[in-house]
Amino acid sequence: MTRFEKAFGKGHPALVCFITAGDGDTAANLDALVEGGADVIELGMPFTDPMADGPAIQAADLRALAKGTKTADVLRLAREFRERHPDIPLVLMGYANPMIRRGPEWFAAESARAGVDGVICVDIPPEEDAALGPALRDAGIAPIRLATPTTDAKRLPAVLEGSGGFLYYVSVAGITGMQQAAIDSVDQAVSRLKAATDLPVAVGFGVRTPEQARDIARVADGVVVGSALVKLVEEHGDDAPAAIRNLTASLAEAVHNARKETAA
Amino acid sequence: MTEKRNSFRNQPDESGHFGDFGGRYVSETLMPLILDLEQEYRKAKADPAFQQEFEDLLEHFVGRPSPLYYAERLTETLRESLPAGKGAQIWFKREELNHTGAHKINNCIGQILLAIRMGKTRIIAETGAGQHGVATATVCARFGLPCVIYMGATDVKRQQPNVFRMKLLGAEVVPVESGAKTLKDAMNEALRDWVANVHDTFYIIGTAAGPHPYPELVRDFQSVIGREAREQMLSRTGKLPDCAVAAVGGGSNAIGLFHPFLDDPGVQMVGIEAAGHGIDTDKHAASLTGGAPGVLHGNKTYLLQDEDGQITEAHSISAGLDYPGIGPEHSWLHESGRVRYLPITDQEALEAFQLCCSLEGIIPALESAHALAALPRLSGEYDRDQIILVNVSGRGDKDIFTVAEALGAKL
Ligand SMILES: Cc1ncc(COP(=O)(O)O)c(C=O)c1O
Repeated sequence: MTRFEKAFGKGHPALVCFITAGDGDTAANLDALVEGGADVIELGMPFTDPMADGPAIQAADLRALAKGTKTADVLRLAREFRERHPDIPLVLMGYANPMIRRGPEWFAAESARAGVDGVICVDIPPEEDAALGPALRDAGIAPIRLATPTTDAKRLPAVLEGSGGFLYYVSVAGITGMQQAAIDSVDQAVSRLKAATDLPVAVGFGVRTPEQARDIARVADGVVVGSALVKLVEEHGDDAPAAIRNLTASLAEAVHNARKETAA
Repeated sequence: MTEKRNSFRNQPDESGHFGDFGGRYVSETLMPLILDLEQEYRKAKADPAFQQEFEDLLEHFVGRPSPLYYAERLTETLRESLPAGKGAQIWFKREELNHTGAHKINNCIGQILLAIRMGKTRIIAETGAGQHGVATATVCARFGLPCVIYMGATDVKRQQPNVFRMKLLGAEVVPVESGAKTLKDAMNEALRDWVANVHDTFYIIGTAAGPHPYPELVRDFQSVIGREAREQMLSRTGKLPDCAVAAVGGGSNAIGLFHPFLDDPGVQMVGIEAAGHGIDTDKHAASLTGGAPGVLHGNKTYLLQDEDGQITEAHSISAGLDYPGIGPEHSWLHESGRVRYLPITDQEALEAFQLCCSLEGIIPALESAHALAALPRLSGEYDRDQIILVNVSGRGDKDIFTVAEALGAKL
């Protein structure tokens, strides 16, 4: 069983948490996510031009880069995380250019060596898979793809082809951290996606509160929270771990028990 | 022979690649829209009614064809320092005489017709110097569509006259506060707007870059420059130019001039990149000379970047060349060797700017002045009966404040 299969096979929906590498005390932030009950971790690779991100993650990327965060630091954070937490799936999320700069094979091999399980590259759609996908798959890393409200039935097979880990459903057409989708539309979309794939479906973009997370966890296999956590680093700087642990714990409690409450 | 001969004019391939470059590096949300745009563009291209409307607007709204002009005094002046018999004739393609004062309008006419054809009701665009913003605001006013222009906050400050022009034309100008607050950041913000408003919004990209099919369609709309120049040259001189020169920011005026000549082996081509303070400093915008291939803003192309793939800031005295990337077709033409690319510094451009004013009575845009600045060097490579054709892509009224400051003049 892969780490992803274990994380999504616990008998309850999974909480997927995102923070940016190099922002605040990243190692402590990662530990706080695990202590709070996160089931999957996404570690953001900072980029100068994060054009799919809203203000919160843009600012986090710039903070991390201003502190001199290099690709080597991101990989080191991943490797040390893996040493401390052998079982939690770790995903690197970011943009194409930093991932392919030294060649896709280099990035895939270094990520695999660091114990990374999956990679989400925001600006490599299935049409450009050759730029990174084959290298990741050869290195045993799952390319995690995004499906969106604009992904129609005709495109969906192409999106799923060659993808792994889980399917990330971006519930709104837009950038990270903005509005939230209506739960009815999420429900319908997840059913459509699950009919097309055996991969778990995690839903994100715009999820901030335990209430929102619980609603989504009733219909999806996982809930992704990013900007709300990143904002805590903006507010608390190096003292963010306590706040991150608290928010993660309340999100985890809502997500893990979402189905029980429905049954009750 | 049924075999198709080797051509430099049959790019991109079906997936939008120019050799290794180009492509569609966009988020999944935009992908269906971009496929849709491509389909719609194919149909428009084959539709005589679309072509006719485009040409009609170019003639009566833009004022085409733009003249081809023999720059006699510049030619003679350059010859003075050359060996006998050397020194090509310099001819100008006068894109600065277009409505709104630059080549940018050619592309905006084409794209707004596409937007209307696709039923889009809202237009967005990015702008650096404000030339593309003004051209976009102009066509939006002409067709009655609401328009939002993203412009880096730094550029908003240094290009106040164009900001006011856009507002007069009815556009909303949004200052972008992220990053270095220049063109690259404006493009990021336009992409963020687009991804949140895909259902009703058309993004008019201002140069021959971005995800496929933009580099192709912008090139096709701008190719009117080279097609006209080719005909004008043949009818005025009975031959083709020996060399064609244009400044390269994203590369739209250059590819527009070059493309119709790419399969004429006798026509050499030179693209001019902005070398800012010099390509051995960290203040330049020469992505081919000083960059490396990478992915940004939807395409793979040469970029200014560090060893980790972080994009580095460009610098040029010319806001329209102040961008860390270049259109993918230029990356391909560079690697294939068909086009030569040379860097020109701020200082050289300023000198050429003044020379053109005083010798020809034409105030060129600072972008175009970069192309003119290569002439002292290029002219001597040719004999007196040979011809260099230069694209004067825009007029310099917008630049007088920048030039005054650089020359230490008080306005
Ligand atoms: C007059 C003029 N020339 C050239 C450029 C550079 O753009 P491109 O390389 O797309 O022609 C600009 C951009 O603003 C411009 O205003």
